[in-house]
Amino acid sequence: MVEAQRIEDNVTRQGDADEAGGQYLTFMLAGEEYGVEILKVQEIKGWDTVTPIPNTPDHVLGVLNLRGAVVPIVDLRSRFSLDSIVYGPTTVVVVVKMLDEDQERTVGLVVDAVADVYRLESNEIQPAPDMGGTIHTDFVRGLATVEEKMVILLEVDSLIEFRDVDDGAPSSTDDAALQAEAV
Amino acid sequence: MPIDIDMAEIAQLFIEESMEGLDIMESGLLNLDLGDANSETMNAIFRAAHSIKGGGATFGFTEISEFAHHLETLLDEMRQGERPVTRDGVDLMLQSVDCIRDMINSLSSGEVDTTRAEELEIQLEKMLNSETCVNTAQQDISTSIGADEGRAVTTAPESGWDIRFKPHPGMLKSCNDPLRILKELEQLGEIDVCSEGGTDLILGDFDPEECLLSWRVTLNGDAVRSQIEEVFAWVTDECDFAIEPIGGDAEIQKQDLAVKSASEETPANSGKETNTKKASPPRKAVKSSTSKQEGGSIRVNIDKVDALINLVGELVITQSMLSRFNGDFDFTQIEGLREGLSQLSRNTRELQESVMAIRMLPISFAFSRFPRLVRDTGNALDKKFELRLLGESTELDKTVLEKIGDPLVHLVRNSLDHGLETPEVRLAAGKPETGVLELNAYHEGGSIVIQVIDDGAGINKDKVLQKARERGLVGPDETLSDDRINNLIFVPGFSTVDEVSDLSGRGVGMDVVRRNIADLGGDVSVQSETGIGSTFTIRLPLTLAILDGQLIRVGKQSYIISLVSIVETIQTTTDKVNAIAGKFELFKLREEYLPVLRLHELLGIEADSTRIDDGLLVVAEANGQRIGIFVDDLLEQQQVVIKSLEANYRQMQGISGATILGDGTVALILDVPGMIRLFFEQNSDAGTVSDVA
Repeated sequence: MVEAQRIEDNVTRQGDADEAGGQYLTFMLAGEEYGVEILKVQEIKGWDTVTPIPNTPDHVLGVLNLRGAVVPIVDLRSRFSLDSIVYGPTTVVVVVKMLDEDQERTVGLVVDAVADVYRLESNEIQPAPDMGGTIHTDFVRGLATVEEKMVILLEVDSLIEFRDVDDGAPSSTDDAALQAEAV
Repeated sequence: MPIDIDMAEIAQLFIEESMEGLDIMESGLLNLDLGDANSETMNAIFRAAHSIKGGGATFGFTEISEFAHHLETLLDEMRQGERPVTRDGVDLMLQSVDCIRDMINSLSSGEVDTTRAEELEIQLEKMLNSETCVNTAQQDISTSIGADEGRAVTTAPESGWDIRFKPHPGMLKSCNDPLRILKELEQLGEIDVCSEGGTDLILGDFDPEECLLSWRVTLNGDAVRSQIEEVFAWVTDECDFAIEPIGGDAEIQKQDLAVKSASEETPANSGKETNTKKASPPRKAVKSSTSKQEGGSIRVNIDKVDALINLVGELVITQSMLSRFNGDFDFTQIEGLREGLSQLSRNTRELQESVMAIRMLPISFAFSRFPRLVRDTGNALDKKFELRLLGESTELDKTVLEKIGDPLVHLVRNSLDHGLETPEVRLAAGKPETGVLELNAYHEGGSIVIQVIDDGAGINKDKVLQKARERGLVGPDETLSDDRINNLIFVPGFSTVDEVSDLSGRGVGMDVVRRNIADLGGDVSVQSETGIGSTFTIRLPLTLAILDGQLIRVGKQSYIISLVSIVETIQTTTDKVNAIAGKFELFKLREEYLPVLRLHELLGIEADSTRIDDGLLVVAEANGQRIGIFVDDLLEQQQVVIKSLEANYRQMQGISGATILGDGTVALILDVPGMIRLFFEQNSDAGTVSDVA
C-alpha cells in the first residue's frame, strides 16, 4: 500500500508540491538542514568502513554488509560537490529505499548528523527555485521553513544513478585510504 | 464452475506429471523392440498414456484426454498382441507424444491449438481401422473425426438448442437436484425454462421426495452440444433428456443424431469416463488459471531429506552442548568449547552441502532428450548413428541443468550434422557405417565436465582458417596452433557450412553456445583431429550460488578470484618482465609470453608495492586467454556465497558480485573474463583514460 502511495506521490508531484506533505527526517550537511521523506528511511546506523568499488564515481564510497545484503554507500557531501570532512562521531549513514523504475534498492547516505523529524503540510512546502550550478534541481523536492530555518527537502529517488554509464574517469582519489584515515 | 486456486495448483501437478509420463513414453517407444509387444516396456508406455488420459479428463483438459484416448487404444491393441508393433506405428506414436507435449505446454500459456492433434487423430484412426476396416464408408475425414470425437467438433448452431429434460421420479433420492442442472445450463447462455407440468400430480398421494416435473429449456447462445451434455453427465441414468438444435439445417441435425447415438453409449460403456468429464469447466477458466504457474517445483529424493533431518538433529545437539558454556564459564572448559565449535563448523558445512544437494539433479534429465533427437536427425539426414550416454547419474544444480539443455542440443546437432559423415563416406574412409556419438558427464574438482564426442570427420582446419581469413578474424600471415584454429568456430558469426541446412549452420550457433555457457560461469572448448573425430568439452560450476574462491590482497583491500580460473601462482622478478612501448608488460612463463595485469592500476587503488619482485603473479585463464594478475599477496582459499551487486546498485564490468567474509566485511568477487576485457580495452585506448564504468 505504501508502495502504491509512493508511486501515486511520484505521479502527482509533477509540477506542484501539493501532495508532498508528510513527515520528514532531517539531517545536517555542511551547516544546512536537509530533509527526506520519513517513509523512505529504513534505518539510521553509525558510520563503518566500506569496501570500495573500483571505477565508480567519487561519491559512491563503496559497499557495506547490511545484515547480509550488499548495500552501496553514497557520500552526500561529495554528491552535492561540497567539501569533504573527516568523519566524526556524529557521522551517520541514513539507509533509504530508492525506487529505481520498478525496483526498490537500498542505499546508504552518509551525512554529518541527524537533526529532527518534522511534520510538514503540503502548503508549507515551496517549490525549489532554479539554483543552477552546485545542487542539481532534480534532487530537490522543495523548500520548507521550520522555526525560521530553511529545510531543503530532497527527492530520494533521484539521488544516485543506477545505470548511468557516463560517470567519467575512474575514481582518482583513493576513497579507501581517505576513509581509513578518517576512522 | 471455474477452477479455484487449489484446482490450479493440482492442475500444475498434472502438467508436471504428464511431462514425466511423456518422457517415459518417449524413451519407452525408442527402446521398443519391434515385434515384441508384450514386453514390460509396452506396459510402461501404456500406463503413462493412461495416466495422462485420466489426468487430462479429471482436470477438464478434454482435448488432451480425448487425444490420449486414441493413443491408448492403439497401445492397448499392441500390448495385447492384437496388432504388430511396426516402425510406422512407433513413428506415429512418437509424433503423438510430441503433440500431447505441445498441447500441455500450451495449457500453461493459455492457447490450445488442436489442429495438429486433429490431424494426428485422423492418422491414429486410420491405423486403428486399418485391420478391421469398419465404418470406412461413412468415414468422411474432413467433417467428422470418429464418432467419439464428434462431440468436440460439433459446431454450435446459430440460434441455440432446444432441450427436453424429464427427470425420473427417483432422481432427488440420489442427491441430484434438477435445479442445479438448470442453473448450470444458465451459465452456458441465455435460457428460457418452461415447465411441462408433472405426471400424475395428485395432491393426496404426493410424495415430496419424488420429482415429477419435467422441463423444456430453450438455450440461446453459442454453447456446443458437448457442453450441454456435460451438464447432464451426472444424471444420464436418472432422467430422460433430448438435445436438439433450433433452426439448424437438416445436415447438422443428422450429424448430431449420429453423434448423439454414439455419445449416449459412452456412459454405459465406461461410467468412469463420463464422471470425470463432468468436471470439465468452461475452457476460459482453465486458460486463466494455468497460465500464471511459473515457479516450478522440484522432486527430492527422500534420502536427501532424511539426511537433512539427521543433520539438523546433530546441529541441535551441538547447540545444546555449546549452550552449556553459557552459564558459568571458566577456562578449564576451553577444550570443550573448542571441540563444540569445531563440531558446529562441521555441522554447518555438512548442512550446506546437503541443502545444496537438494537442488542437485542427475544430468540424465538433460540427456534424456537425446535418444529421440539422434533418431530423428538420423532419419532426416539419412545417416546412421549410435548414441552412447555415460555418467548419466552425475548431479548438478537444477538451474544449471535447465540452462545447459539448449547449448547441449546445439552441440549434439552440430556433431550429427557436420561431424558425423554419411554411411558411404564412412565406409570409404574405412570406418564402421554407424557413427558413434558419445555424451559423457563427470565431476572434476568443483566443476562438472560434459563432453560431446563424435568419431566423425573432425574439424576441417584449412577451411576454418580460410574462412577466418576471409572474415578478417585472422591476419593473412598469422600462424595459429591447431587448438586456436579449432576454437575459432566459437567466434561470433562464424559458420563453415556454405549452405544453410535445416539443422544447423546458420552461423548463429557456436558463439551462442559459448555465450550461454559463459553466462553459467563455464567454458567450452573443442579438440579435433581430422578423420578421427571431435570432442567438445563443457566445463561448468556445480552450482551458481557458491563459489570456490581464492582471496587475494591488494593494498588494504581483499578480493576474490574464482579458483576455477586460476592456473597457478608464481613469484617472478623484474628482469623477466618486458614492457612493450613502455606500457604493455609481458612476462615469460616457460615458453609463453603472458601480459601482466596490474590489479591496483585496473581497480585504481593503492598497492603495497608496484615492484614485480614484491608481489605475486596469479596466472588466470579465461576464454583461452592467459594473463598474469599482479597482486600483493595471496590469502586463504574459501567457499564464498555470491551476492549480487546489481540488487542494490548496478552491474560493474570486471566484478561478478560480492560476498561477505567471516569478519562481516564485504569483499568483491573479480570476474576474470571481464577483467581481461577491461584490461585490453584500456590498453587499446593508447593511454587515454577510457570510460570504463
